[in-house]
Amino acid sequence: MGTCVTRRYSAFGLFREGLRGHTGWQPAWRSPQPKTRYDAVIIGGGGQGLATAYYLAKNHGINNVAVIEKGWLGGGNTGRNTTTIRSNYFYPESVALYDFALKLYEGLSRELNYNIMLSQRGVLTVSHSDAEMEMAARLVNAMQINGTDAELLDRDGVIARAPLLNRGETARYPIFGGVWQGRAGVARHDAVAWGYARAADAAGVDIIQNCEVTGFLVENGHCAGVETTLGTIRADSVAMCVAGHSGQLAALAGFELPIRSYSLQAMVSEPVKPCLDTVVLYLGTGTYLFQSDKGEIVVGGGLDRVPSYAQRGNPPMQQTVISGMLEMFPAFGQLKMLRQWAGIVDVVPDSSPIIGPSPLPGLILNCGWGTGGFKSIPAGGWLTAKLIATGEHDDISCPFDLDRFRTGRLIDEAAGSGIAH
Amino acid sequence: MTSTRLSTSGRPLAFTFDGRSFSGREGDTIASALLANGVRIVGRSFKYHRPRGIVGAWSEEPNAVVDVTLDGKTTPNLRATTEPLVDGMAVRSVNARPTAEADRLGLLDRLSPFLPAGFYYKTFLWPDWHLFEPRIRAMAGLGRLDPAHEPPADCPVVNARCDVLVVGGGRSGLKAALAAARAGEVVILVDDRPLPSGSSIDRELEIDGVPAVQWAADAVSAIAAAGGRVLSRTTAYGIYDHNLVCCWERRTGDADRQWRIRPGRIVIAAGAIERPLVFADNDRPGVMLASAALHYLRRHEVLVGSNIVVAANNDRAYETARALAAAGAAVTVADLREQARASRESGIEILAGATIDAVHGKAGVEAVTVSGRRIAADCLLVSGGYTPSVHLFCQAKGRLRFDDAISAFVPGDAVPGISVVGSAAGELGDLRIVPAWPRAGAKGRQWIDFQNDVTLKDVELAARENFRSVEHLKRYTTLGMATDQGKTSNMNGLAAMAAITGRSIPETGTTTYRPPFVPVPFTVVAGRRRGELFNPVRRLPLEAEHRAAGAVFREYGGWLRPAFYGAGAATDEIRREGLQARETVAIFDGSPLGKIEVFGPQAGEVVDYNSYQTLSTLKPGRTRYGFMLTESGVIYDDGVVTKLADDHYVVSCSSGHVAGVVLRLEEWRQDRFDRSRAFVHNLTPHWATLTACGPRARSLVAALSLGIDLDDAVLPHMAVAAGSFEGVPARVARVSFTGDRSYEISVPLSKATALWRAMNEAGRPLDAVLMGSEALLMLRAEKGYIIAGKDTDGTTMPHDLGIVGPRDKRQGEYAGKRSLFMDNALDADRQQFVGLAVADGGAMLPVGAHGVEPAAGGRRSIGYVTSSYDSPNAGQPVALGLIRQGLARTGEEIEIVHLGKTRRARIVSPCFFDPEGVRLNG
Amino acid sequence: MQLFPCPFCGLRDETEFSFATEAGRGRPEPAAEVSADAWSSYLHFGANPKGATREVWLHAACGEFFVMERDTVTHMVTVQEAGEP
Repeated sequence: MGTCVTRRYSAFGLFREGLRGHTGWQPAWRSPQPKTRYDAVIIGGGGQGLATAYYLAKNHGINNVAVIEKGWLGGGNTGRNTTTIRSNYFYPESVALYDFALKLYEGLSRELNYNIMLSQRGVLTVSHSDAEMEMAARLVNAMQINGTDAELLDRDGVIARAPLLNRGETARYPIFGGVWQGRAGVARHDAVAWGYARAADAAGVDIIQNCEVTGFLVENGHCAGVETTLGTIRADSVAMCVAGHSGQLAALAGFELPIRSYSLQAMVSEPVKPCLDTVVLYLGTGTYLFQSDKGEIVVGGGLDRVPSYAQRGNPPMQQTVISGMLEMFPAFGQLKMLRQWAGIVDVVPDSSPIIGPSPLPGLILNCGWGTGGFKSIPAGGWLTAKLIATGEHDDISCPFDLDRFRTGRLIDEAAGSGIAH
Repeated sequence: MTSTRLSTSGRPLAFTFDGRSFSGREGDTIASALLANGVRIVGRSFKYHRPRGIVGAWSEEPNAVVDVTLDGKTTPNLRATTEPLVDGMAVRSVNARPTAEADRLGLLDRLSPFLPAGFYYKTFLWPDWHLFEPRIRAMAGLGRLDPAHEPPADCPVVNARCDVLVVGGGRSGLKAALAAARAGEVVILVDDRPLPSGSSIDRELEIDGVPAVQWAADAVSAIAAAGGRVLSRTTAYGIYDHNLVCCWERRTGDADRQWRIRPGRIVIAAGAIERPLVFADNDRPGVMLASAALHYLRRHEVLVGSNIVVAANNDRAYETARALAAAGAAVTVADLREQARASRESGIEILAGATIDAVHGKAGVEAVTVSGRRIAADCLLVSGGYTPSVHLFCQAKGRLRFDDAISAFVPGDAVPGISVVGSAAGELGDLRIVPAWPRAGAKGRQWIDFQNDVTLKDVELAARENFRSVEHLKRYTTLGMATDQGKTSNMNGLAAMAAITGRSIPETGTTTYRPPFVPVPFTVVAGRRRGELFNPVRRLPLEAEHRAAGAVFREYGGWLRPAFYGAGAATDEIRREGLQARETVAIFDGSPLGKIEVFGPQAGEVVDYNSYQTLSTLKPGRTRYGFMLTESGVIYDDGVVTKLADDHYVVSCSSGHVAGVVLRLEEWRQDRFDRSRAFVHNLTPHWATLTACGPRARSLVAALSLGIDLDDAVLPHMAVAAGSFEGVPARVARVSFTGDRSYEISVPLSKATALWRAMNEAGRPLDAVLMGSEALLMLRAEKGYIIAGKDTDGTTMPHDLGIVGPRDKRQGEYAGKRSLFMDNALDADRQQFVGLAVADGGAMLPVGAHGVEPAAGGRRSIGYVTSSYDSPNAGQPVALGLIRQGLARTGEEIEIVHLGKTRRARIVSPCFFDPEGVRLNG
Repeated sequence: MQLFPCPFCGLRDETEFSFATEAGRGRPEPAAEVSADAWSSYLHFGANPKGATREVWLHAACGEFFVMERDTVTHMVTVQEAGEP
């Protein structure tokens, strides 16, 4: 056939290309050589970095931008998380942030012309005692007051949403009720990274893979660019969106962060026909799970409590998470673990992200998302782009500035549930 | 005619497949039994629902996934090639309705041109993914979960140490294990088959001049005789940090087991897996791996066809060809190598420099066109080479190198403590292999991943769209992500990508190897950590006594404790207890309360540092209530500290925080003080503590004859005394959690039951009442006493409770001091601990309800209700909460919201009852 | 399952241990002379090294704090020392 190409994704495009062996599809992104100078350089080609690049182009018309990724794009935490999207948080600052992300997610497939498979199937957090129900009520009220959707469910309400839950009288964690956020759910993590990458690339952003930042260019006390394995790249602004590696880059830039990196494991089962229609978290076991569109049960839980960059966890936490899952859904004992992996999560003392200027002028931080980075990708990118473009915080990002540690104004979600640490 | 059994021997086993009845025999896997009965189509592929037949003979099998019902219980997604046949099994194909043979969705294959890899990313954008998702979900998934089948939680986890762990019981593994055992090392050998075997047995080789099957049996005996251990049906599925190897042992008639083996060194003898060839329509039922056909023949007496074409690029495939011919099949070898010589041997025709042009037959192989010549065939065996099983080596971060001689990745530089031998190390003998990797641009539908329907064209599409790294290739096309984990597809996939992008295979690289090597049942991973063992609840020494007295138990802070006593409704019983406790005397079991002893010359300094309040200034025999702060200045716990002597203190804390407080004390002790001059000793579990509280409490305690002067002048409130009970020490502390006169009596555990009986005895004439935790929580709320973590949260500092003395006046350092002066700590708009009274005449306020006030853009929360009770003693509902600037707003009315409903409350003092505190000495 | 070396109890399962802090970070005092930056640095900040690290760990089973040198990428443990740094 001729040299027709298909850039836009659509059912019609799929049909047309199907007739000619899909030869007309274009690369989702280019593989350019880096230039020596950009208006902005973003370190980290995961969801946060790619979304930042996209919104720089879209919201601010700045597309002379490079995203520098040391591996292959989307290969870090964005490709390893358990894909939950929710805004069931306690503090108004958190709800504002995560609900902003959720709202951006709601329109994202169309905006990016990429099906991210957003499935708003709800997130259910189950309580097992009167005390936990009191906390659940506290959270539901907070969410409602802060402007997002939340429902307090009783035991029947919980069981109706996940009929396979262990409702026996002898269950270690009996079901008392729970918190339901209906707008929450899951999306396809790779699609989010690829969708943002493709759209940013189409807008003119250079995505440079297999390029590692080895140092910062500092002139007059100001960050003027980065040194990389492919040479020096100058920029007016640099942002770092590297999650678990933030401490490393910070060290190169001469400061410390309130971050410690840990392995967070996740597992999937072999695929089965649909048997679970929502996302369920048990406060008692700390395990949460859902069923992917492919049919696999995706399950995760707490961190391996050993500081690590290894991207792998060990059997004790694996056993805790899996046995927790079987406590919740005994029938899942029929299933087998097909794959397991881990990411490097950057944990911050108040479990809230760090968005804002770093101690090095010209270098902007987007990190500290810990176990919650995926759900926030659109908001994190949007807010970081604004910081880069205008030098100013948005009202939503302001409370998450690094200086909150100096003032003590932490946004500590665990604290909201009574946990002192 | 397709596959058949060659003889009728062995005990017959009855089973059904997709509703049809068949007979297999003892020793069969489900797969061998299906082949013995000539069943070709055992399932449908994931996306296109193309008919699928059995390809392999063991865990590399991509197609034969089945749901099995036995004894009324169904288990989904079993691999027919590794699952032993059991009499009475009802086997069903997955992802096919009504049967694998007659699947309704088979028509989907017609739409395949429009459903390439990743098609779902390019569409379903309008109107919304949610519209399509349920249909897509229903079509996805393989087997079906049985909602009624809850497998028991009974898989033991066995921990074992050894000097040498050998993974794999083939020739190389058995030799290594035997040598190590004879050298006196403690050896464990694991092999995933029913009997250690390896390829030597199927190939009927000789080892040291002896037939392999005999040699292997002798070797197993010899290993055992030398003190080694051989675990059969045991798969080493993962290597974890510090050389831990996790294995899954299958057992019949008993629960499977997880083995956690910590070896001094590991020998990996895991063998190699044969690769399929990639050509047009290579996915037809009847296309199988050559080594699998040999296995079915030798092990199960199943001949996979009567007219067989063997397509191969190496010498080893000839062993299969000859064996099948000897068994009576007509065999044609299509040798892809130019160097081969066309010939005829007994029963075999050999075609040299052959090409596989086409495979004919939709429901199964009917003919194969080889080098332009159409050959009638009912089976096409493929052999594209062998892939050493390097998984465990790579899990241990071993690096691979590509061995051109065998066209495969083999272990590269050694990993300390791990050696690889045999086929797994690439020792495959003289294969004389000529690579036959997929070729870029080759025509037709060339299948790489059979289960997930990934073709060569999909790899080309991925490359075209710039998903060129192996990880992107995998995620974009889902190649290697099916239940066979790419054992027969990963190499072909990356070789295809290499060819398409003009890179070498080693340049293209592999994806990361991670456990598990095969899918492992969740029950095996979970072990016995289920139910009570998941998170054992802590139990009171007097649990039996409480139950006998009619206690209803609930879990509090990890402890199982009486919530209330009696058979009536909870609210009625709690109310009764709460009223009577303040009328006569209540008996309460406070044993879980922390009792941590700190002693030594620096004990006072340790205790002072740990506390917001200064405690070392106490007189001996006195107690003081105080807070323990985190270094962030937040109240971690509250409790009473008793000074017994200048060098001996007892720190109490809430029952759920004992371990945490002990560790905090240890941290300060070891970090700031002289370890030889201060000691921390947790005696919580060694003392039983029973409390008598109420107006008649002193009478009850007097009747116990503890040898203590109970005169208030001698034992005032907030003091302790030492006495004895039935010959053992008894400690009596006048500490109150209800606001009434109260005595906490602690005795060693051995006397717990005796003390309980004595107190009940003494309490009878006094009309004493047994009190559970619920009534206690209500009574303390009447007095405004906090529960740390309930009435405080992770931001609450002492000044939020109005207690500012130490912050303002205390000179020395203490944990958390500096944090009390950070910006946020000095903020005026902080949540402060208050009482809340109902101001709208309604019922008690709900816990978790928030106070609200107008704010920019609507309203904001100003705090919440933390405790709430319908108090019989206060005569009104009492509530406690944290409200911003609450201490300055006493008397104000605020709006409260709960689940959308609005209430009104008034901020009051948290003490609703006996504000003067006279009842402490009442 | 990692094995960590308690200087008093020997090699024990990782589940018996908890991470306390990076070694060598002293507590700034007295409170009156400590800036907000110095205090928040002590409370929350760290080097979080990728690779060789020197840490203080607690063996919860015996209650002893000790120093361990290990690698946060390979998980190899190289050194353990009793007592505080």
